[in-house]
Amino acid sequence: MSTKNLQLNDSLDLLEDRKHLKKALRNAEKRSRLRSLGLTAPLVVFLLIFFALPVVYMLFYSVYTPQVKEYLPRFHEALQEDNAVIPGEEVFQLLAKDMRSSKKAHTLARALKLFRQQDIPLWRLLKKTSRKLPRQEVVSMKAWFIQHNQAWGKAETWADIRSIGSVFTPFYLTKTLDYKYSASRGLQRVEEEERLYVKVLLNTFGISMMVTLIALCLAFPVAYLIAHTKPKTANMLMILVLLPFWTSLLVRTYAWIVILQREGLVNQILLSTGLIDAPLEMMHNRFGVYVTMVHILLPFMLLPIYSVMQAIPDSYVKAALNLGANPAQAFFRIYLPLTLPGVAAGSLLVFILSLGYYITPTLVGGAKETMVSMLIAERVNVFLNWSLAGALGVMLFIATLLIAVVGRRFLAAGTMGSQ
Amino acid sequence: MLKNSRKKLISLIAFSAALGFGALEAKTLTFTSFGGAYQTSQREAYLKPFTAKTGIKINEASYDGESGKIIAMVNAGRTVWDVIDMEQSEANRLCEEGYLEPIDWDSMGDKDRFIAAGINECGVGSIVYSYVIGYDGDKIKDGPTTIQDFWNLKKWPGKRGLRKNPKSTLEFALVADGVSLKDVYKVLGTDAGLRRAFKKLDQIKDQVIWWSSGAQSAQILSDGEVAMTSAYNGRIFNANRDEGKNFKTVWDAHLMEIEVLVVPKGSKNKKEAMDFIRFASTPKQQAEQTKYIPYGPIVKDAIAFVSDDMKPNLPTYAVNLAKGRMMDPEFWNENGEYINERFQSWLLR
Repeated sequence: MSTKNLQLNDSLDLLEDRKHLKKALRNAEKRSRLRSLGLTAPLVVFLLIFFALPVVYMLFYSVYTPQVKEYLPRFHEALQEDNAVIPGEEVFQLLAKDMRSSKKAHTLARALKLFRQQDIPLWRLLKKTSRKLPRQEVVSMKAWFIQHNQAWGKAETWADIRSIGSVFTPFYLTKTLDYKYSASRGLQRVEEEERLYVKVLLNTFGISMMVTLIALCLAFPVAYLIAHTKPKTANMLMILVLLPFWTSLLVRTYAWIVILQREGLVNQILLSTGLIDAPLEMMHNRFGVYVTMVHILLPFMLLPIYSVMQAIPDSYVKAALNLGANPAQAFFRIYLPLTLPGVAAGSLLVFILSLGYYITPTLVGGAKETMVSMLIAERVNVFLNWSLAGALGVMLFIATLLIAVVGRRFLAAGTMGSQ
Repeated sequence: MLKNSRKKLISLIAFSAALGFGALEAKTLTFTSFGGAYQTSQREAYLKPFTAKTGIKINEASYDGESGKIIAMVNAGRTVWDVIDMEQSEANRLCEEGYLEPIDWDSMGDKDRFIAAGINECGVGSIVYSYVIGYDGDKIKDGPTTIQDFWNLKKWPGKRGLRKNPKSTLEFALVADGVSLKDVYKVLGTDAGLRRAFKKLDQIKDQVIWWSSGAQSAQILSDGEVAMTSAYNGRIFNANRDEGKNFKTVWDAHLMEIEVLVVPKGSKNKKEAMDFIRFASTPKQQAEQTKYIPYGPIVKDAIAFVSDDMKPNLPTYAVNLAKGRMMDPEFWNENGEYINERFQSWLLR
């Protein structure tokens, strides 16, 4: 046996081994993939059921209005088949019939609510007519309706009834942009006195942006300090940052009310030291909202920035200084770009959390600090107008999504820059 | 040894089974109201005496008037609340939409026992409360007496508290502008009237602090945030009784609203729920409630059982009654959402 042969055998064995190894590796990978899939499955299912599903449901119900079809079914069907501008006798007959039966079943109001939300005069017409329906047989129901109120013989009335009665409507989505949609008048901007939703959406974005900016300005230096001081001091500072983080939001909001109000802590101190003559207005306005929201959201800004800063080796800045950069240059050209991923993550977090703020602006804000979540809650709880609440949710959702996408770009760019 | 423990086990199972069946046997009602001092008054005046009398246990729940919850319950076929305390206008709306059980008024005794507004298709009136103007008697000696005074920033400088809601706020504005209480809703129902109300509010807009919850209205007054505020009459009274405040109530043009008791559709204890409502509308129990909160009984005979000290604090006390009016639930039902949008839009301007 020559050594050569042996070597060949060895290398063949090795090849075989490698094949086995590869296969084993593949299997192992497959197993670990499956295992990780199994581990994440509960969360994925949870998210699907409690997050994705409600979102889809909400999106859907902002355009889906089946009430007329559901509660006045025969009328709805007949109206679909009758294409005349003013429908024929049969439609009137079935409208009267369905109104009577749905009234008995206490569902007429559910169908009519759609009209109240979209066209109050038309709603009044329907409601009044439904109360006056003739008890005895009449020769022509159509003639009776038109005689009862001439509006029943008008083309616009029927165009609007058709559109409001249809199963899908753009009404609520356009309303959130302060445009009113109706079949007879098309898309119209609402009167100055009724414009609300665009303002509130802009308001919400304005407040969120300012809160993010202020939080960034405050958090950055503190994060820097914590990242570059002795571990003992850093720990202490970290606890100070985190302590309020563990306190309930409501408690912190009320604490700020105690501090900021007219006869509150700050004003009392300032008045007693004679620095001011009249109490400062620090609450029920934008200022109060900024202070409270920034305080509550600050940790969300600070923690991501801190974690990024901590990972930046000191040697980078030292190298820059060594190569002749002055301290400002070293900071702005080396250090700052390296912190950008943290800044972007913190800003995104704070901004998106601010968008949904509800309790704080209600309690410390004034008339002009209405944010969109407050309107959504009111539409749902007080007016039971799920469609409009859904539509407002859609707008907020789209805006948030856009910002998240742009933010991610920025985040990615920042990370790349730091590499 | 083993036998013994098995015996123990069996008796334990039997015992718990008996407990379980026992629980099924005795009916339990669930009563839902607005919490706080108000629900306490109901607990003392209605719930406890009812349980003592009938042996029917009552569980309690609280809500903030979100009818959405009730609708969701009824739609899902799982009505777990049996008796609910609700604003009259809200009850009428839900009744119309078929979410409440109609009241069998024959079983409630003589209808004439009630103030007319307390009789609704699906709701039995329980109390009358009022939106009034309140101020701190310790801070303002020569206080306001009319709703016009609320607008008088010269004589009484300082911030004003108003409800961040057109309901009550717009009525006050119109009356302050010279509209008679009687015609308030006629005027408010027109576009010109609505503008008139906002114009009146413009005069004090930069001085107004808006409150959202009843607790807040009393809070801003006691914190000195405002010189005077609109508030529920019960909140003013409670601040005096519980916190030793010296708040004064201006009864001029006060706006009364009614709370009704309702039974949601599909309640499994409908009969007991109706029995409870009947019990809660007996004069004696109604008078009992005024010991805890100054809201006016709906049952006319109840006033005879109310202590003389309490009477002047009730909206339905004859002297007070003459100064105010009932809010129009129908008006707010029909126009509430639209006017609310106008109001919010006005606030942002």
